[in-house]
Amino acid sequence: MRTQTNRANRKKWYVIAALATSLSWEMADSANAETVVVKGKKIHTVSGKSIENGVVVCVDGKIVSIGEAAGVAIPEGANVLEAEVVVPGLIDVRSSVGLSGILNVDHDSDHLEASTPLQPELRAIDAYNAREELVEYVRGFGVTTVHTGHAPGELISGQTLIAKTHGATVEEALLIDGRAVCATIAESSQKSGKQSPGTRGKQMSMLRSLLVEAVEYRTKLTKAAEKAQAKTTGDSEPSDEKTESKPADAAEIARNLKLEALVAVLDGKKALLITADRAQDIASALRLGEEFGIRIWLDSAAEAHQLLPQIKKAGAPILLHPTMARASGERENITFRSAALLKEEGIPFAIESGFEAYVPKVRVVLFEAAVAAAHGLSKEAALESITLAPAKILGISDRVGSIEVGKDADLALYDGDPLEYTTHCVGVVIDGKVFAGESR
Amino acid sequence: MGQPSRNEPHQYTTGVPEFELLSIGRDVWTSKLLAGSIAFLLSRDYSQGKEKAFDIGPRGIQVGVIALVMHRRHWLGLAAIAPMVALESRIARIGVALPSNAAESTAWVNARIVTAAGPVIERGVLIVQGRSILAVGSSDQVQVPAGVKTIDVAGKWIVPGLVCTHSHVGGVGAADGSAPIQPGVRILDSINVKESGFKRALAGGLTTLNIMPGSGHLISGQTVYCKLRYAGKGPSTIDDILIRDADGHPLGGLKMANGTNSQGDAPFPGTRGKSAFLVREQYIKAREYNAKVVAAKGDADKLPPRDLHLESLVEAMQGKRIVHHHTHRHDDIITVLRLSQEFGFRVVLHHVSEGWKVANEIAAAKVPCSVIVIDSPGGKLEARDMTFKNGRVLDEAGVRVAFHTDDWITDSRVFNRSAALAVRAGMNRDRAIEALTIAGAEMLGLEQRIGSLAPGKDADFAILSGDLFSVYTRVLETWVEGQKAFDLSDPEDALYAEGGQGAGFELNPYLCCFGQSWQSGGAK
Repeated sequence: MRTQTNRANRKKWYVIAALATSLSWEMADSANAETVVVKGKKIHTVSGKSIENGVVVCVDGKIVSIGEAAGVAIPEGANVLEAEVVVPGLIDVRSSVGLSGILNVDHDSDHLEASTPLQPELRAIDAYNAREELVEYVRGFGVTTVHTGHAPGELISGQTLIAKTHGATVEEALLIDGRAVCATIAESSQKSGKQSPGTRGKQMSMLRSLLVEAVEYRTKLTKAAEKAQAKTTGDSEPSDEKTESKPADAAEIARNLKLEALVAVLDGKKALLITADRAQDIASALRLGEEFGIRIWLDSAAEAHQLLPQIKKAGAPILLHPTMARASGERENITFRSAALLKEEGIPFAIESGFEAYVPKVRVVLFEAAVAAAHGLSKEAALESITLAPAKILGISDRVGSIEVGKDADLALYDGDPLEYTTHCVGVVIDGKVFAGESR
Repeated sequence: MGQPSRNEPHQYTTGVPEFELLSIGRDVWTSKLLAGSIAFLLSRDYSQGKEKAFDIGPRGIQVGVIALVMHRRHWLGLAAIAPMVALESRIARIGVALPSNAAESTAWVNARIVTAAGPVIERGVLIVQGRSILAVGSSDQVQVPAGVKTIDVAGKWIVPGLVCTHSHVGGVGAADGSAPIQPGVRILDSINVKESGFKRALAGGLTTLNIMPGSGHLISGQTVYCKLRYAGKGPSTIDDILIRDADGHPLGGLKMANGTNSQGDAPFPGTRGKSAFLVREQYIKAREYNAKVVAAKGDADKLPPRDLHLESLVEAMQGKRIVHHHTHRHDDIITVLRLSQEFGFRVVLHHVSEGWKVANEIAAAKVPCSVIVIDSPGGKLEARDMTFKNGRVLDEAGVRVAFHTDDWITDSRVFNRSAALAVRAGMNRDRAIEALTIAGAEMLGLEQRIGSLAPGKDADFAILSGDLFSVYTRVLETWVEGQKAFDLSDPEDALYAEGGQGAGFELNPYLCCFGQSWQSGGAK
């Protein structure tokens, strides 16, 4: 009986999926203003109460109204989509998608530059391929925003960006460039090469030395700026997240892209994302943050469960690596219960796809949140961990992460419980544009 | 003779031709045989009772057979062996006798039972006697005999112990980097039974594994079929978890691979053409070797020098060893079918990322597929067209489909997920259940003993909290041959089920010789 019901449901939703697919090309091609209405038997807003038989109206890429079907007027000529369950577009809080590609060969692998161990100056915007098939792949499961960039594996491997999972170019996809600088405190960055560290002690010494250099560079910049300020009366534009800290007087101080990136970290304009799995390395990351007064995002964090009070005290959010990862090496103590334990402790966290050098190289946050929900995390918290929670950590919750009026029209549509293995993502809306759900 | 290991009673090579047994250099080896037999028997721990006795039974027979072979010349040897054989037989009899006692039986009632041998039973009864299933059916049909311990599992599911046709748990390491073809290398010589991967497999409801060498070779060696006999203290040695044939020989297959994993710098092949050539060359050699063995008719003087590598290939061609063939791309799959037809080996296609592209051809060849399901496609060029639909397309084309974990590529604890994701892509639920159980058993040639819940079969099953294909379902208990080998309510077992401090792999598998570096992906 159960099977029959499922089949009937599935057929029904296939029809809707097909509809959504046929709509998608039309809509995605249309550059003009458009109105998309999404009806859901259940709409999880995440920020507020869920709505039964609800409607979300999107105009010009923004959500303009939300409510019960009976109380929301449907604009004429709107594209109307229907789904069993509607949730905010999913956000992958840390990935390498777009820098690393589906083939996993040199041709499409730009996630890690191994020539030297300290390269905070490498920008993700110069490496992200908006048309990479993997971007489309994760979008098919409902992922609409990715925080992606240089992978772990070098002491400082480069920067990240935040992009929507559509667009023909990185500029079209881009939300924020240079959101974080990525460091790795783990064996993967210990290579004992000519320049690379060979031990944990050396690793920290190199990181601290470079940050000390950045502090001194910033002091020079500040002095130069004060000098320039004294000379002129005009005030400069306050820098936003897209611009680097620049010397006020370029003639006086030669630009140093490496140190500029770290000055942005010191100034809190970029986060320092530190990949660490062993409790010992997590502790080193927190110590580094404290020493330099910088904002640390703890990435991967397989043994976070060993240091919950310390992490909470430090106020560092966790970008939690997929717990379906192999429980070996530095992740030998990883647990399916990580998310539940972090939630219980009240530590802000979000679930990432992360980076793994070995297959499956790209994991899907939807599947990982499901595993968390099957191991002690509530379904609501699991959904939050891939929507609003990452938006808050990434500092983009004014735009995305929940279904609220005024936010970007980013929605994921499912034919059942989004976390269940046998449910399908039947459509995705990004900035009011409609895309097909999973196709593989 | 140079082949002493062959004559010892606890040798592992399967498919030993009878005439070779007769060709033993009896004068030379009798004393060694006796010493070996005594050492062997003394090393057994009889206190562990009936389960152990079943393992030992066939060994007793084996010792007896060898003794009989020699008895004409060595009455003394026979006299020495006879009491030991008798001891073994007695223990084996006790093992058989015990289960017939009702007190040794247990009935699970009110479960939703997935037998994988017929329709799902909504309110079912499963009765286990000793190490076997006594009865299974609906509560109307099956009466629980008086005195049988009864456990009410209303709301729970009972499924056959899951069968993984392709696993690398146990910190395995078989063939090394010296050559691309090493069929004589046995994986069973490399397995660490204390490795925690076994515990995790049990936590996923798995009870039978085909433990394989890696895919970095054209032929990387002999695989071994294992039962997860981890009840109580668990196994001491690999011997304790082997699955044996009626003669006591451990059962296993032969691992082969094509495509890019098995290519590399010389002496490894650099192209697909060369790969197939090297394989054909060896099988032809093996064929000629066997012709010499047959022609010798047991005459020691005429037998060719023994070649463990060729012997293994002969066993494959004789159907004594199923070939488990790693292959991804559609043309590589067809190459396997071609080789299988040329040399007549029974083959199971493994991974088959592009199986869906040649489903009709595979169906026509009547070759089964063991499919891997991974979160995302790619990871390497030849697997870029991997899709969740693979299982459905193959099944609908008439191909027998199983899934596998390839543990540690995917985690045994979520093996059900592989089939569930195939159901997501439209695969029939019943076939997806079979693909985790009986279909895998068939691919190991073990379908008479395991893979479904039916009277007389091994009592291998898992008790689940709910739907086999739900992410929220937990494996509560896993039973192997009538003994509870995993219990989620036991904190130690729960640690392996969920992970945490101390739960990790003690050893990674040694999967030698992939062309690509680890950092840039490698891939399986």
